[in-house]
Amino acid sequence: MKCTVNGRPQEIDDVWEGESLLYALRERMGLPGSKNACEQGECGSCTVYLDGTPVCACLVAAGQAQDRDVVTVEGLADEDELHPVQQAFLDAGAVQCGFCTPGLLVATHDLLERQPQPSDPEIREALAGNLCRCTGYEKILDAVRQAATAKAEQ
Amino acid sequence: MSTPTRTDQNLGTDIAGGVGESPLRPDGTLKVKGEFAYSSDLWLTGMLWGATLRSPHPSARIRAIDITEAVRTDGVYAVLTHDDVPGDNVYGLEHADQPVLAADVIRYQGEPVAIVAADHPETARRAVAKIVVDYDVSEPLVDPERAAFDVDAPALHAGGNVLRHLPIRKGDPDATADVVVRGEYEVGMQDQAFLGPESGLAVPADDGGVDLYIATQWLHVDQKQLCRVLGMPANKVRLSLAGVGGAFGAREDLSMQAHACLLALHTGRPVKMMYSREESFFGHVHRHPAKMRYEHGATRDGKLVYVKAQIILDGGAYASSTPAVVANAATLGVGPYKVRNVAIDCYGVYTNNPPCGAMRGFGAVQAAFGYESQMDKLATELGMDPVEVRRRNALHEGATMPTGQVVDSAAPVAELLERLKAMPLPSGPEASDADGYDLRLLPGGVSNTTHGEGVRRGVGYAIGIKNVCFSEGFDDYSTARVTLKVTGGDAVATVHTAAAEVGQGLVTVQQQITRTELGVEQVVIQPADTGVGSGGSTSASRQTYVTGGAVKAACEQVRARVLRQASKVLDLPASQLRLHAGKIVSADETVVGAVVDILGDETITETVTWRHRPTHPLDDNGQGNAHVQYAFAAHRAVVDVDVELGLVRVVQLDCTQDVGKAMNPDAVVGQIHGGSAQGLGLAVMEEIQVSGGVVRNPSFTDYLIPTILDMPPMRVDVLELADPNAPYGLRGVGEPPTISSTPAIVAAIRHAMGADLTRVPVQPHHITGTP
Ligand code: FES
Ligand code: FES
Repeated sequence: MKCTVNGRPQEIDDVWEGESLLYALRERMGLPGSKNACEQGECGSCTVYLDGTPVCACLVAAGQAQDRDVVTVEGLADEDELHPVQQAFLDAGAVQCGFCTPGLLVATHDLLERQPQPSDPEIREALAGNLCRCTGYEKILDAVRQAATAKAEQ
Repeated sequence: MSTPTRTDQNLGTDIAGGVGESPLRPDGTLKVKGEFAYSSDLWLTGMLWGATLRSPHPSARIRAIDITEAVRTDGVYAVLTHDDVPGDNVYGLEHADQPVLAADVIRYQGEPVAIVAADHPETARRAVAKIVVDYDVSEPLVDPERAAFDVDAPALHAGGNVLRHLPIRKGDPDATADVVVRGEYEVGMQDQAFLGPESGLAVPADDGGVDLYIATQWLHVDQKQLCRVLGMPANKVRLSLAGVGGAFGAREDLSMQAHACLLALHTGRPVKMMYSREESFFGHVHRHPAKMRYEHGATRDGKLVYVKAQIILDGGAYASSTPAVVANAATLGVGPYKVRNVAIDCYGVYTNNPPCGAMRGFGAVQAAFGYESQMDKLATELGMDPVEVRRRNALHEGATMPTGQVVDSAAPVAELLERLKAMPLPSGPEASDADGYDLRLLPGGVSNTTHGEGVRRGVGYAIGIKNVCFSEGFDDYSTARVTLKVTGGDAVATVHTAAAEVGQGLVTVQQQITRTELGVEQVVIQPADTGVGSGGSTSASRQTYVTGGAVKAACEQVRARVLRQASKVLDLPASQLRLHAGKIVSADETVVGAVVDILGDETITETVTWRHRPTHPLDDNGQGNAHVQYAFAAHRAVVDVDVELGLVRVVQLDCTQDVGKAMNPDAVVGQIHGGSAQGLGLAVMEEIQVSGGVVRNPSFTDYLIPTILDMPPMRVDVLELADPNAPYGLRGVGEPPTISSTPAIVAAIRHAMGADLTRVPVQPHHITGTP
């Protein structure tokens, strides 16, 4: 199976047909940043971009990514840098255990691409598919607001 | 060497990021980059994958296990059963009563029977499916009351089905009162639902031992149990903490630890195990379901005269932490109120339901739903404001608990309620704007179930009490090793403990304490492992208190050595020297030296085992100084209820909490947010549905936890009334907000609909009254 992940070509062999894109990323390509809290499409912790659209990587068969472009949390910023969304999650205290964070970062990144100044109800709707068990979401809302402001100032 | 006359006299600003500030967490950058290594991310060349065969029956005997086909599967390296356990086939936190792999009796659905290691996780799962177990299935015992009190009920364990009965007797057992309210309440089985699945990597070592990288709450209690199972001494069973994706109590018991070690030692290969979400529902203990009968007697002016209660906690198949859950529910059973006459009987019971144990606020959560429901009922009976009736009975410093223990530090129960009441209320219920209703702000949301008709607003209050740290005479301690040396021209402190960071921010607090105590900016937190003494459990809201206390004490010893050395070098009495921002300062505030110069090439290391003040067992009447510290939080919930459809939207959830000292104010508020959210889940959505001992909803499709749409805005007001017995005056923070959130929301729903609710989670049919 061939695809591009975070701008780099990837090729993996012997993909079993039941393997998800999430499994391929995590176990075969050495990119465990995308998380696996449910593997049933319910938690959003595995959210990645597939050709620019956020998807639950656990619900995409690895083979479906053939010749397509995948971006994961590891690809949101260059190696030593933080994307404003990542910086905002860090600064706002929106990260506790952090298991929900990679998926939320991709979902927030996508939201701000579509709607640079979202209202609170818009943020809530956009992130409704991403479960977090630690934060009660208050600081995640703060982080998204801060990220929107930071991006606007860029 | 600097001399006093040549020393830079600039005292410098205080070291940033100390106690009371909110520095960023040291693992935060890795977490937002996706580079933090959780236990489920671990990988080694040549590693195998483990999988578990679990019993589909809640009650059965095993006649035979046939592994022939499983062993023959290509890619399978080991298939193990109880026969392959080299040590004792039993584990448990306090009472070891749970088999590692079932030998003959099955006591709950999901009990592990066999384990497999294979070169691909799917191969392992397929091999598991090929194991044939011949079960002699029997009728499960699932009613905890029957288990406890019916003499004809089968005994699930040798000692009978009552694992613990704790009576509390205070004052006159026959006290009577003018006003009496009675109620029966139920709490459903809640799941911790951490997001990071149970997982770990066991690596066989050259010395015949094993190294286990694991997400847990207490490395040393895991190690102790593993040594017994593996038949190995502690120096052969070494544990390191891998990244933990939340815990909330669910990682206090063993899950896959012993299984992974057995497979690794058997195959000689590293073995990774990682549960799916479905398996996770069977792989850890849950919050005890409770049945509670309460009777409150009061005077006409609302003063409590007596409280009688019977509390039955369903512990399920194995003991886990049930005895401690019983202790909390019983000793905190009347809540944060002064009551002269108390008679409580609390029972922890074995059944064939899923095992229950630790979850945030355990014991206190269940009881609070009972006693706070009763306080509201009493207020209604008296025609009194619910806050006023609580205020009139509010516990305070110097008051006596039902156990006879005198509350010897701040207990601002009345103040927390008053501050809550003084907060502004949100407007609403949601009125139409120019374009009509905003569905997103109505119960049912964009399902478009109402445009406001049938929607009623309700407001409810509740307050809870929690013991902090381990109780009843438990030897509760933590160990910290602090090292100070010069690296790259700067003084750098290193802190090594075995205490588990599970997301709460313990690593940040350890850095803060070290910065404050040693006046150095750079503090490295070493990975937690069993190479240093036990840190105790990351539970009971105890880590900042106990491991924080240990780090503080170790820093104090390091500091004393630095100052003794400075005293020698500078020829000044050590008692007149102090450390400030990397400088040695004398009594007259003169900078007399620099820490880097005093240290030179020397490394100063101190290891301290630190204990909080002792607690004591309870006597036959439940009397005794069993707890170290009490903590309090209160909530006010505002809800909109569609009384026709039974749908609830929590509009606002405000919290006041006394934390003694906000060590890291941002992290404190984060704990309060998260704890409140778990209480909301228990109030209106979260329950593991068990019927006939079988779990009906082991997935995030069917077990719902709050999303960002379910959570309302929260206003948080933090009080800091120091506890003189605790390091920095701090009070444990993590659990109290989970306790009062649930009853406040239920009170608000009752207020909106004008009728009683006696069970959580509240379901739509409870509100509509339809069957
Ligand atoms: S892991 Fe993909 S949605 Fe949960
Ligand atoms: S920070 Fe732990 S799940 Fe969100």
